[in-house]
Amino acid sequence: MSERIVTLSVNGEPRSVIMPDNATLLEILRDHLELTGTKHGCDLGECGACAVLVDGVPVLSCLVLARDTEDHQITTIEGLGNGAAPDPLQVAFAEFGAAQCGYCTPAMVITARALLDGHGSPSEEDIRAAIAGNLCRCTGYIKIIEAIESVASMGPT
Amino acid sequence: MTTHLPTFDYRRPTSLGEAVRLISSGGSSTVVMAGGTDLVPKMKRRQLTPSTVISLSRVTEMQGIRYQDGATTIGSGTLLREVVASRLVPEPLRLAAATVASPHVRNTATIGGNLCLDTRCNYIDMPEGWRIANGHCLKDGGDTCWVAPRQERCWAVHASDVSPIAIAMHTNVRLVSETGERIIPLEDLYANDGINNLTKRRDELLVELKIPSIEMRASYYKLRRRGAIDFALVGAAASFALEEAGSAEDVRIVLTGIASAPVRVFEAEQFLVAEGLSPGSIVEAAGIAGSCVRTQDNTDLGSRYRKWMIPVAVQRVLEGLAMNTNERSADRGTD
Repeated sequence: MSERIVTLSVNGEPRSVIMPDNATLLEILRDHLELTGTKHGCDLGECGACAVLVDGVPVLSCLVLARDTEDHQITTIEGLGNGAAPDPLQVAFAEFGAAQCGYCTPAMVITARALLDGHGSPSEEDIRAAIAGNLCRCTGYIKIIEAIESVASMGPT
Repeated sequence: MTTHLPTFDYRRPTSLGEAVRLISSGGSSTVVMAGGTDLVPKMKRRQLTPSTVISLSRVTEMQGIRYQDGATTIGSGTLLREVVASRLVPEPLRLAAATVASPHVRNTATIGGNLCLDTRCNYIDMPEGWRIANGHCLKDGGDTCWVAPRQERCWAVHASDVSPIAIAMHTNVRLVSETGERIIPLEDLYANDGINNLTKRRDELLVELKIPSIEMRASYYKLRRRGAIDFALVGAAASFALEEAGSAEDVRIVLTGIASAPVRVFEAEQFLVAEGLSPGSIVEAAGIAGSCVRTQDNTDLGSRYRKWMIPVAVQRVLEGLAMNTNERSADRGTD
């Protein structure tokens, strides 16, 4: 097996990494680029905690080989906003109490961002369908759905 | 703790010709990766430790959906998300594809990968340490099937949600190798064996599905623990052509999640053709389907429960179809 220098586009920046062929995108983001906002959950594609956007579409970074994401645009939670300039979804999640332990939250926000960017005014059913792959064991989902609905009602954000 | 993938050489062909050449020249330890949503967990669990992984992510010839010559052709590398969203794909197939796993998985998984999904079982799908401690099963290189130790075959289960509806809709698949190609009915792709569950040769690649435009009604019913993600406990697809109200021609009933291959229940199909469609005949046909199939205790929930649910799934899919085709039967539900 060989290691090679691979350049990924992460949050709009080219990032060159020396990586082995068998690295998942999750390993590269967390362990090599120190973008630890993306969470490591079940590692098997069942919990949704590792979701990131690839070309604006939410995918599970634990299931994707990093090499397969060359030439694609990767967006992590760090690319959406930060403490100084948060994404409206991050503000809403805080205001609505949509996070308890917070482990599922980055992937929830990432998934909701993809929904809002691709869908003018999602219904509650659309929101439930979009986050169907994101497990939350704390909130019971109600406040998460309310937070996303509140941002959706603002129009394009 | 992150489970690293086993080490392998990564190859990324950019054309179908290059892909089949690589597969042909690769040894038995070469695997083909489409979306990888099933293969990657299998490698993490060390069910597979290939020397080479051939990624099909850049073979654009295997992607896309088109309609021509009276058939919808879907490239095997087309994402399930794209299948669900395409107006070119017949609605029953779109709805069935939408029941595969979660939206995130469908954004990566392909339709060809779903058709070629490896079989699953409670024993083989455990972590490596558990399998070492408890002894490897037949599919894992051992000499005993822990589901049915006195039998000499592997009972791992076929779990595709696309295969039953695609078989019900008379789908053919095109297989390409370095030496040629062939088109076969999708149902001939499968063998009822948990280890050798596909009849295609190792050097063949499933390149596309062809779904003929036939006047028919078709539907898929999936029973699972959580509607958001799980594999089917039992899945039932059915299709028929309606000659006149109450009479069904060319009936197909196909089950998934209960054997090592999708199972057509010929006895129930023939019964419905002979008896016609009525609330009574649907219940009877569903009962026939349940009595034709034997389940094993090797996937979600118990074997007995899944066996009970086979006639329920068949009845529900048939009633849904009958109600679609005949408004007068809309109030005949038995739930």
